[in-house]
Amino acid sequence: MSIQSIKVGASPEVQYLLRVGDSCLVLAQRISEWCGHGPILEEDLALSNMALDLLGQARALLTHAAKLDGQGHDEDQLAFLRDERQYLNPVVMELPRGDFAFTQLRNFAVASWLLLLWRRLEQSSDAEVAAIAGKAVKEAAYHQQHAADWVVRLGDGSEESATRMKAALATLWPYFNELFEVDAVDAAAAERGLGPAWVELKDDWRAAFAEVLREAGLECPKDSAFQTHGRKGIHSEHMGHMLATLQYLQRAYPGGRW
Amino acid sequence: MSSSLPMANTCGRLEAAWEVLRQIPDPEVPVITLAELGIVRDLRETAGGLEVVLTPTYSGCPATELIQDDVRKALAAFGEVEITLQRAPAWTTDWISDEGRRKLKDYGIAPPGPVASGAGQPIRLVHRASLSKLACPRCGSDNTEKLSAFGSTACKALYRCMACREPFEYFKPL
Repeated sequence: MSIQSIKVGASPEVQYLLRVGDSCLVLAQRISEWCGHGPILEEDLALSNMALDLLGQARALLTHAAKLDGQGHDEDQLAFLRDERQYLNPVVMELPRGDFAFTQLRNFAVASWLLLLWRRLEQSSDAEVAAIAGKAVKEAAYHQQHAADWVVRLGDGSEESATRMKAALATLWPYFNELFEVDAVDAAAAERGLGPAWVELKDDWRAAFAEVLREAGLECPKDSAFQTHGRKGIHSEHMGHMLATLQYLQRAYPGGRW
Repeated sequence: MSSSLPMANTCGRLEAAWEVLRQIPDPEVPVITLAELGIVRDLRETAGGLEVVLTPTYSGCPATELIQDDVRKALAAFGEVEITLQRAPAWTTDWISDEGRRKLKDYGIAPPGPVASGAGQPIRLVHRASLSKLACPRCGSDNTEKLSAFGSTACKALYRCMACREPFEYFKPL
């Protein structure tokens, strides 16, 4: 593997698939930071397992995106040799892991979103994407359920846990907007039957989110006008630091193998 | 490459290869074989040897590569072994054989129940606590409780039996 950074082409198919694949990869990285730091052993294992599922989904999507991109790259090159601006995940995925309430609320929100997305991608005009989604949809259902339990348990728990869950909700809420933004890449994917325009997932996502918040005794925040643009490669200040950790080994020892 | 192998007896050769395949244990739950787990989808003859079609269990299962190595090694005598990973249709625990389920239970892992039909139904996110009535694989009591939805591997959940006080794992329906 060369040490040179790489870029992917501008085709909407590749961009669309990387938005999803990078979301899985970046969230997997953030969740895996809990390995060895979970509040209890069972939760340490659960978070690591979910990170592994997400990483597996990312590998499949990055492999396929690289093939469509046609420059001869593979999943590893896409993961380790793209610079920040070439990563296309929504910003919410890259935010630091925060406390346990923050992690569980983000996991719940993203798993609910991915579950809806995978269900639609099962009908993709691209057979490989449909096959990847067919597997991932079952995994996302477990992730969603697990995180929903924690949101309820913490939101409806002690004063301390409820305070933390409320703070997580206030911080995260504006970042969820990007999961439902509309743009040309999105529109092209929808038109070609590759996958849905993300805005089509919004109503169902809101319903699932509201159900769990209600049970957790939390109030749904008001709509926010806040915008982020990770899908276009414009990231938060946290992304570069996270990539430095994720990419260090391959940048320092190009092509190094286990 | 295949010249040393009797090409005439194709049927016997495939059958012999299946015989070998059927013996390969799953690396993470070695009490059952890959075939019993339902991940061996097909075995075909190629010009230079064999093609084995496997289907992954979980997207991120770390055993996937190890399984491929095990299959390659076990079938090395049959020439070149080509492994094809087939994602669709997605693997389901419904493909675990009856024999596989019996072995899991004897080993102390509760075998998976049937996968709920009607995918696409809304998921029940709250008020599910009373749904679990899983029988303990050791003493048979259904006085059990879930400790965690994720166990030592992604495919298993952690439970404990309140009757015999033993912890056990549950192979989750997927």
